[in-house]
Amino acid sequence: MNSSALVRSNLVPKGHGAFGLSNLAFKSILQTRQNATAATPPPTPELKASYGNLSDSDRIFTNLYGRHDWQLKGALKRGDWYKTKEILIKGTDYIINEVKTSGLRGRGGAGFPTGMKWSFMNKPSDGRPKYLVVNADEGEPGTCKDREIMRHDPHKLIEGCLIAGRAMGACAAYIYIRGEFYNEASNLQQAICEAYQAGLIGKNACDSGYDFDVFVHRGAGAYICGEETALIESLEGKQGKPRLKPPFPADVGVFGCPTTVSNVETVAVAPTICRRGGSWFLGLGRPRNSGTKLFNISGHVNTPCTVEEEMSIPLKELIERHAGGVIGGWDNLLAVIPGGSSTPLIPKHVCDTAIMDFDGLVAAQTSLGTAALIVMNKQTDIVKAIARLIMFYKHESCGQCTPCREGINWMNKIMYRFVDGQAQSSEIDMLWEISKQIEGHTICALGDGAAWPVQGLIRHFRPELESRMKKFREESEKQAVSN
Amino acid sequence: MVEKEDQFSFTSINLKKAKGFMKMYPKGKESGAVMQLLYLVQEQVGWIPELAMRYVADLLNVPHMRVYEVANFYTMYNMNPVGKYLIQVCRTTPCWLCNSEEILDAFKKRLGIDIGETTKDNLFTLTEVECLGTCVNAPVVQINNDFYENLTPEKVEDIITKLSNE
Repeated sequence: MNSSALVRSNLVPKGHGAFGLSNLAFKSILQTRQNATAATPPPTPELKASYGNLSDSDRIFTNLYGRHDWQLKGALKRGDWYKTKEILIKGTDYIINEVKTSGLRGRGGAGFPTGMKWSFMNKPSDGRPKYLVVNADEGEPGTCKDREIMRHDPHKLIEGCLIAGRAMGACAAYIYIRGEFYNEASNLQQAICEAYQAGLIGKNACDSGYDFDVFVHRGAGAYICGEETALIESLEGKQGKPRLKPPFPADVGVFGCPTTVSNVETVAVAPTICRRGGSWFLGLGRPRNSGTKLFNISGHVNTPCTVEEEMSIPLKELIERHAGGVIGGWDNLLAVIPGGSSTPLIPKHVCDTAIMDFDGLVAAQTSLGTAALIVMNKQTDIVKAIARLIMFYKHESCGQCTPCREGINWMNKIMYRFVDGQAQSSEIDMLWEISKQIEGHTICALGDGAAWPVQGLIRHFRPELESRMKKFREESEKQAVSN
Repeated sequence: MVEKEDQFSFTSINLKKAKGFMKMYPKGKESGAVMQLLYLVQEQVGWIPELAMRYVADLLNVPHMRVYEVANFYTMYNMNPVGKYLIQVCRTTPCWLCNSEEILDAFKKRLGIDIGETTKDNLFTLTEVECLGTCVNAPVVQINNDFYENLTPEKVEDIITKLSNE
């Protein structure tokens, strides 16, 4: 989960003071801070006539497909680590201000404003070290964007760690990468070693007087560890079972210290935002949904791909421009799951007009999640596709909360009967009821993630479910007569 | 195999690696390294025997139970011996949409084993897993540490032939 579509937006602490004073040790930085202007109101970008068709000059991930050297030499050529020292010396307020101006929202699923989240860490220090934890436990079915960053552009992530770490006064970053990504972890570790050798991280990182370490921690195949508190537990060497909040990680996180957990993509775009300025990022996409985003398009399309596009691109254009269209043509489309498996599916008539950003998909009664589109054409057994997903959630439930542990098991049993149509139509309402009883009654959002696909199916494909039941009933009656 | 011996210990190289992993975590919190240490065990003997769990717990200075529960919680630790090549076929929706069932059948047919079984020559073990996170390159299979992407039944044939001859 990654990652983290599990992160519920209301789980992030609210109401902390804006900028605290931390890390007063560096005099020069202190001076910069005093000179820094107070948060200026972000300029309102003009509404554009159309979104999408991102120009190459606006791309952040310039080695997404691994066509160039991923190591330090290649990264330097692509502009990574350029004037990182200057950014670090400008200090906490500058970085957080740029990120706030950019309107960047977390890329892991919940879409919480990143600048605000990072600023929670800047309360007056009580002597405990602070940590940045990067959520690279990408497990949400449909999602594979962070993998491309880690294996083809690892230096973007490492530089991002340094800058994000500086913004929150962290002493180290832990990158929690899912266990299956062995080769990706190996690339990342090599890149970290290169960065240490070049003096870019470690003691006196980039010659800025700031000490910062980056570590890689491999997970071992648990989707639930993409939930931020489960990830923290796992990092401490325990079972990945989510913690109750509060206390929030910004108060008590990993090893009992203030921690911020951020998605790989969120962290990796920070250096480019700081270099090009927050207003550049803000100029892409609709207001409140700014920036570029990595989209994964999988399932029944002609050329499945991962692509960086402008936010607010229409769903249809995204599929037709980059994924070669739906197999069998646009009219052969049945439904799309627009943001990783946890988000409710939308049928074709909604897909026609859906806009791929946070607000656009909320308007379509679904969510952007991790922006991983799973496309299904009319040859798909849609009930079985969702049943498969519920089996996934049943397998991945950590078993802490009863509604999730038992409820998803029930849903799984009912869903597999629905596949054959071996059910009463009143059971559809029962299934809806179960999903509503799971949603919101668990410690973490895995329960919600399991409930939403079912709700999406019932919302849009109730006639399909009922016709299967009718067919099954008729066939069994026929058999009874012939016997 | 190791379980018949009454002792388990890391080789000197692995012990050095283990100490390196323990240094990643703050003082007094070294138990964070338990997952990395279990990986080292798995690298060394192919699975995780109980003796090794006790050894890891003693190394980290935590109760034995702490290591058992971690090893049992995560799916990537093999609690039983597996073949030389562990074949993990992804079955979640994005792969399933791209005919992962066909791939699974191809493996079953080629190797003559069912899910969860090991071939007689102890070379291949076949398992089904949940999403491997490579959905745009579906269908995907992970064999030991490597991903095999965009598979077709013909490619399955080639992979098995190649691995059998190694």
